[in-house]
Amino acid sequence: MAPAVGLIGWFVYGFVLWTLYISFTNSKILPKYELWGVGQYVKLWGSRKWLIAVDNLLIFTALFLIFCVVIGIILAIFLDQKIRAEGVLRTIYLYPMALSFIVTGTAWKWILNPTLGIQKMFIDWGFENFTFDWLVNREMAIYTIVIAGVWQSAGFVMALFLAGLRSVEDEIVKAAKIDGANLFTVYWKILLPMMRPVFFTSFVILVHISIKSYDLIVALTQGGPGISTTMPALYMTQTAFHKSQVGLSAASAMMMFMAVAAVIIPYLYSELRRENAR
Amino acid sequence: MKKMLIALIAFAFTSTSSFAGPKIEVLHWWTSGGEAAALKVLKDDFAANGGEWLDMPVTGGGGDAANVALKARIVAGDPPSASQIKGPTIQEYDQEGVVAPYNIDPIAQSEGWDGLLDPMIAAVHKCQNNSGPYCAAPVNIHRIDWMWANKAVFDANGISVPSSWDELNAAAEKLQAAGIIPFAHGGQAWQDATVFEAVAMGIGGNNYYKNCYVDLKETCLRSETTVKVFDQMRKLQGFTDEGSPGRDWNVATGMVIEGKAGFQIMGDWAKGEFTAAGKVPGVDYYCAATPSNNGYLYNVDSFIFYKTSDPDKQEGQKLLAKLMMGKNFQKVFNLYKGSIPARLDVPMDEFDKCAKTSNSDIKTAGASGGLVPSFAHGMAQGNTMKAALQDVITEHFNSDMSSVDAANALADSVLDNM
Repeated sequence: MAPAVGLIGWFVYGFVLWTLYISFTNSKILPKYELWGVGQYVKLWGSRKWLIAVDNLLIFTALFLIFCVVIGIILAIFLDQKIRAEGVLRTIYLYPMALSFIVTGTAWKWILNPTLGIQKMFIDWGFENFTFDWLVNREMAIYTIVIAGVWQSAGFVMALFLAGLRSVEDEIVKAAKIDGANLFTVYWKILLPMMRPVFFTSFVILVHISIKSYDLIVALTQGGPGISTTMPALYMTQTAFHKSQVGLSAASAMMMFMAVAAVIIPYLYSELRRENAR
Repeated sequence: MKKMLIALIAFAFTSTSSFAGPKIEVLHWWTSGGEAAALKVLKDDFAANGGEWLDMPVTGGGGDAANVALKARIVAGDPPSASQIKGPTIQEYDQEGVVAPYNIDPIAQSEGWDGLLDPMIAAVHKCQNNSGPYCAAPVNIHRIDWMWANKAVFDANGISVPSSWDELNAAAEKLQAAGIIPFAHGGQAWQDATVFEAVAMGIGGNNYYKNCYVDLKETCLRSETTVKVFDQMRKLQGFTDEGSPGRDWNVATGMVIEGKAGFQIMGDWAKGEFTAAGKVPGVDYYCAATPSNNGYLYNVDSFIFYKTSDPDKQEGQKLLAKLMMGKNFQKVFNLYKGSIPARLDVPMDEFDKCAKTSNSDIKTAGASGGLVPSFAHGMAQGNTMKAALQDVITEHFNSDMSSVDAANALADSVLDNM
């Protein structure tokens, strides 16, 4: 136990503190240890690229969360109807989760490329005016990342909800049906409200995936067209390793850390409180 | 068997630890194709001179992974003897104090590097703000402002190699009317910047380029000329196809080779794609400088030599520096890589037409003041400023931002990062 705690303490919390310290220095190409104040944070929030990254993060997180949860719930409810070949379907929906985001991103890059993918297919079929150029359109490119992300993660949310639905005792559903509730009411009024912990878990998992999302963007758009799909994690690595601005990069890392903490800490707090109450 | 293995391992250890002679540890990312073959020439040369070469190749991300590994080694206080670092980044590392006391300078002096290199390129490799002792060695010169054109496509449409940007635009419009993609371009930030600097040098002229992108003068960046450069970028954007954003440069080169597109603006590494496809310059394709007034945008790959207290490694550094600047390596390496030798006295007989043009143009440009460093490839500015310029250029190219707004944004971005 003790060595593991020591290792985690150093490699996780130690480096978090190190990054925090570096974010208060004027480190350029290599880390420096003279304190410099909050200059990097001022610079960060004055940077257009960072503001674009934050905007993109908000758009991506909101849509990613909503679509993953809605699609996940719908799939879970459909699969919950004791249908034939459930095992096969479940595997199909869950399968994208087995791929890395790099593979997902590369595949969708080809599918969405107007000269290779969907648009070309429709044009070849004779729909000459068909356009679907989101990937190369700077206003819409961020939504292609949402599409690929949802494709990857919706199946996972489905699995969470399916497990949740299956854990509900049959008697509850039966009792509701005897009282005259139809299937929609059973789900809407009884089962889904019981899924509160599952909602919460999905929320925490999906939000931290989206704050950290990096590989999907690298594979799909590389932050482009232009800098229109830059996200905080991409900004952080580019700033540290391409721009030689280690201090600024550390400041952006701390902002991401705080965003993740803002989501995780209340979750941990509520979980711990529940355990203590028991 | 086991005993033999132990004996072997023991031998391997004793043989390295008892080795006394020039020794070098080189961090690089030349691991594929021609680059690896070229580096092998250097390794063999080094071994033939009694040296021991410890290879430290780090692949991935066009040098990104190697730079991460390098920083980790330096922070740990154990830099490699030499690594691939170029342009102003050499000075940045010098300022961090990891290069002095410049072990290779005596070799550079005795070999007379000052007389072998163009003075501008020599300065890049001198530490202490480009005027002190040598601390790095150049291996090649890439030219950036190349236009690669499919000759059959040009001939079929009655187009000759354009000598001004207006002619280039007219040619592109002709191709567009004929249903051919005029401009094969990969919409990645560095490629946008590569095209931009060729346009800037061509339209603005050599002095404009130096004022704006080497000296970063605000008035120059906000000037009418910068607006004109962005206007030309907007025109070029209209000549690309819609699949352009995110495309890799070699895919764009492939479009020119196959005749799907008319031309590409890209550094001379694009030549390797033509050569691999069995195409001959002047017969199947044109390699021509983009229109400019005897300008030449250069990008030099170099190796920097870090400080070391190990006398064997100091000897190794001296030997490597000497071999790197040797005529043989400079010739063989650049035959493989598509660039031209950094030292200008290497016979060019074995090189192809494009390389010969490059070699004679650099001498003209050097004499007339047209030799300018590429900022898109990290020769004119350090990484911070390069990214500051690149971000605005790529944002303009991929949006409907006006040229005036773009020029102002360019100046603002530079000032923010000063």
